[in-house]
Amino acid sequence: MVDIAVVDYGMGNLRSVSKAIEHVAPAMTVVVTSDPKVIAEAGRVVFPGQGAAPDCMREIDARGLRQVIIDAAHSKPFLGICMGMQVLFDHSEEGDTPCLGVLPGTVQRFPHEAMIDAEGNKLKVPHMGWNNVHQTGPHPLWAGIEEGERFYFVHSYFVQPTLPDVIAGFSHYPFPFTCAVATANIFAVQFHPEKSQNAGMALLGNFVTWNPGEGEAACDMSGATCA
Amino acid sequence: MLAKRIIPCLDVTDGRVVKGVNFVELKDAGDPVEIARRYNEAGADELTFLDITATSDNRDLILHIIEAVASEVFIPLTVGGGVRAVADVQRLLNAGADKVGINTSAVLNPQLVKDAADRYGSQCIVVAIDSKRVGDHWEVFTHGGRTATGLDAVEWAKKMASLGAGELLLTSMDRDGTKSGFDLELTRAISDAVDIPIIASGGVGNLQHLVDGIREGHADAVLAASIFHFGEYGVDEAKRYMKQHGIEVRL
Repeated sequence: MVDIAVVDYGMGNLRSVSKAIEHVAPAMTVVVTSDPKVIAEAGRVVFPGQGAAPDCMREIDARGLRQVIIDAAHSKPFLGICMGMQVLFDHSEEGDTPCLGVLPGTVQRFPHEAMIDAEGNKLKVPHMGWNNVHQTGPHPLWAGIEEGERFYFVHSYFVQPTLPDVIAGFSHYPFPFTCAVATANIFAVQFHPEKSQNAGMALLGNFVTWNPGEGEAACDMSGATCA
Repeated sequence: MLAKRIIPCLDVTDGRVVKGVNFVELKDAGDPVEIARRYNEAGADELTFLDITATSDNRDLILHIIEAVASEVFIPLTVGGGVRAVADVQRLLNAGADKVGINTSAVLNPQLVKDAADRYGSQCIVVAIDSKRVGDHWEVFTHGGRTATGLDAVEWAKKMASLGAGELLLTSMDRDGTKSGFDLELTRAISDAVDIPIIASGGVGNLQHLVDGIREGHADAVLAASIFHFGEYGVDEAKRYMKQHGIEVRL
């Protein structure tokens, strides 16, 4: 059994993610895999992803990974990153794509008409670079990370959860948008911890030792999705 | 609030960092892994490596350098130089690059930009544009600045954005290595013409030039090489200066 499985479904470069996890968990076995059996048996699952939502969903299904990802998201420490966060929701506006439906909510594009800052300057899309992440409350994955710490982002779409309880962090561009969600055993982020230097390494370090359920509320999700 | 980025650039040839003036007269500046480590500690927001190795014999050296840097520096790494095919993009990403810069090949084969963006996502495709003022407009040059293309730089930038580039690295060849500041007019013309982020490059000689690139040039990020390599200014010092001048930076 491997300690940490990084799900490889053919969407982009996973080397940065696996290198960063190996860096914070030198004693653990970390594998990049598209084997459903390895993912099902792993102690923890990291679900990254880059590219477009329709391609992501197609590649997940082409590899027969849909069910094992959903099962992992309901049963073990699970970290979604970027596109791996977005496709956990019901639906993405990108290519009008039905997604995994693990979390209720939708994924929307930064609306062109809203992309102007307080001084009247045009804001670029993708939202690319280091932005402040505001924590909605304490969580084991925020341990040792300052409120408002900067993380590295690159994305054009953002999630809109139906249930506000799952929102663990938000950022501004220029309006507030959700950039971190948490349930009993899922933590998912829009930014890239693997590229976010010390703050990112702190978050990944917290994930590899996270024991969901220890001293936490059991489940803050709707009953339907709690295992 | 989103921070403006400072990106030190490492021109690498035969495994060493070098710096030239107007694309020639190279001067040795040190070991790339050591320099990358230093810039990371000083708070660089990203690092860019341009492989300017002339001979194909030493092309693989850049892969080893990127592998070494990526295993200990956890900020975005862009690598450009000699990218001719989707397979080259794959090779650099596998070595640990997060973004790949495409320059000459984008002009020879614009479809490469679309193919690479479709395959790996726009977020990792940076189109590098080397441009020089010609009369009342700016023209795109390739092959390290030696070959005129007849392409208008602003129109070219729009085309690259529409083909899927996630970002543009814009170098003024008139200013590169001169320490007289960015070509602000060029930077602003292109930044205002496209929706994707622009990295301004070419000509930084002091910290005020970085501020001007953001304020006057409307750049989203500023790239510089020699002012950092030869110890004139630290990356951290540059960021503090920008913050004092009202620019949002990551400190």
